[in-house]
Amino acid sequence: MRIFDPHIHMTSRTTDDYERMYQAGVRALVEPAFWLGQPRTSVGSFVDYFDGLVGWEPFRAAQFGIRHHCTMALNPKEANDPRCRPVLDLLPRYLEKDGVVAVGEVGYDSMTPEEDEVFARQLALAAEHDLPVLVHTPHRDKAAGTRRSLDVVRESGLPPERVVIDHLNEVTVGPVADSGCWMGFSIYPDTKMDEDRMVAILREYGTERMLVNSAADWGRSDPLKTRRTGEAMLAAGFTDDDVDQVLWRNPVEFYGQSGRLVLDVPADAGTLFEGNSVLRGTPA
Amino acid sequence: MTREELRVTREELRKELTEALAPVLDAEASTWLAGARERVGGDAGAAAVLLPAVGRRCGRGPLPVRGTLRRGRPASWTVDDAARVVLLLELPCTGEALTARLDDLYRHGDAHERRAVLRSLDALGAEVGGAALPLLHDALRTNDTRLVAAAVGPYGAARLPAPAWRQAVLKCVFTGVPLSVVAGLDDRADAELTRMMTDYARERTAAGRDVPADVARFLEVR
Ligand SMILES: [Zn+2]
Repeated sequence: MRIFDPHIHMTSRTTDDYERMYQAGVRALVEPAFWLGQPRTSVGSFVDYFDGLVGWEPFRAAQFGIRHHCTMALNPKEANDPRCRPVLDLLPRYLEKDGVVAVGEVGYDSMTPEEDEVFARQLALAAEHDLPVLVHTPHRDKAAGTRRSLDVVRESGLPPERVVIDHLNEVTVGPVADSGCWMGFSIYPDTKMDEDRMVAILREYGTERMLVNSAADWGRSDPLKTRRTGEAMLAAGFTDDDVDQVLWRNPVEFYGQSGRLVLDVPADAGTLFEGNSVLRGTPA
Repeated sequence: MTREELRVTREELRKELTEALAPVLDAEASTWLAGARERVGGDAGAAAVLLPAVGRRCGRGPLPVRGTLRRGRPASWTVDDAARVVLLLELPCTGEALTARLDDLYRHGDAHERRAVLRSLDALGAEVGGAALPLLHDALRTNDTRLVAAAVGPYGAARLPAPAWRQAVLKCVFTGVPLSVVAGLDDRADAELTRMMTDYARERTAAGRDVPADVARFLEVR
């Protein structure tokens, strides 16, 4: 089973996780820029975080045979802090980087006017830099937040196939399916969304435009939930090809719209000093 | 090779890299690179947008190089490394303006761009003097072997103060960067570096662990 985790916060995970993920079949991932638990108080904190996402973290992942990409944005929670707002001026330079495959996580946390403004500005940045968009939906008031996110995406004029609406559940999947946007699901160890409910959703809505992620971070989460979902799909009668579509080809197709995915095998840890990759049988 | 023998001018390195790149770039990539070189040559500011695009435009595979480009070190060029360095060699400025530009590109660069800035100093070092040393110190504070390896090139060999240079060599040993990558190692190695390596070997032996072959070889000839 080859797995591409389209949403996982590796900055807060250990090297043991990288090892276990590799063993489970994870070969590529996307780490969206988001909140870190402790609110940041200055732009400098974001610079160091963003630099890590295009510097140290891909290096760390490559040592374990995993290709690391990221998305960049000012997240909705911190969009409300005026001290963090100048992050928007930094983004254009980061959005040109090779490892940056989308703008995200954008969207709503508490649905404030500040969040409205920052969301809209970042959708415009996505158009300018020709990148897809990852939209986070709020934990509180999720159904209303999802509808409003879809409205904002529609008003932006971005093609729906370049947008994924994430953290969906049984209640919010319907309108997103109708919108033409991609549907993202975060599978957690608690009740928010689990692998069996995911399988039921796949039965009802099919396997197209579906992205399944672990969204693992510093909270209670499990980086192997992608694999567990693949196993639950097989147990429920889905084919290997269905699993491959959901866990590999779909994320490749969605983020591939950036033109920046690199899916060859990273160099052995011992030869990483030579540069970035050893291409094995794949053309540059 | 001595530090003097490692010296290369902007024109020489540009010519060598251009020749090495010619057979591996396809028509689209080579048209893009030619256009990008022209833009950077006319406007240093253009490098900020063009440098990050090199990997997706030119490719990332290994670049076969001939003798002169190696300068006694392993042939560790990739296509994107070489193309980025070529772009940097087109920067239409020198002295303080060049230092400021390289500093900006390094500070705002991802790991690949930072590596290219460090490698460009092989040739541009002569134009900026010691002013780019803070970039090397930054690279050597990381544990990213791509940056550490790029920081121990000819510029580092010529300019790093002795204590920092010795620490850099030892860092290579610790992070798994082969000592063959260190420019001017034999020329610059001194009694203090030999002492540090000897102590390191002793620590390894006391812990019942192997002494890395690189370190054993280094100590053998001293
Ligand atoms: Zn997230």
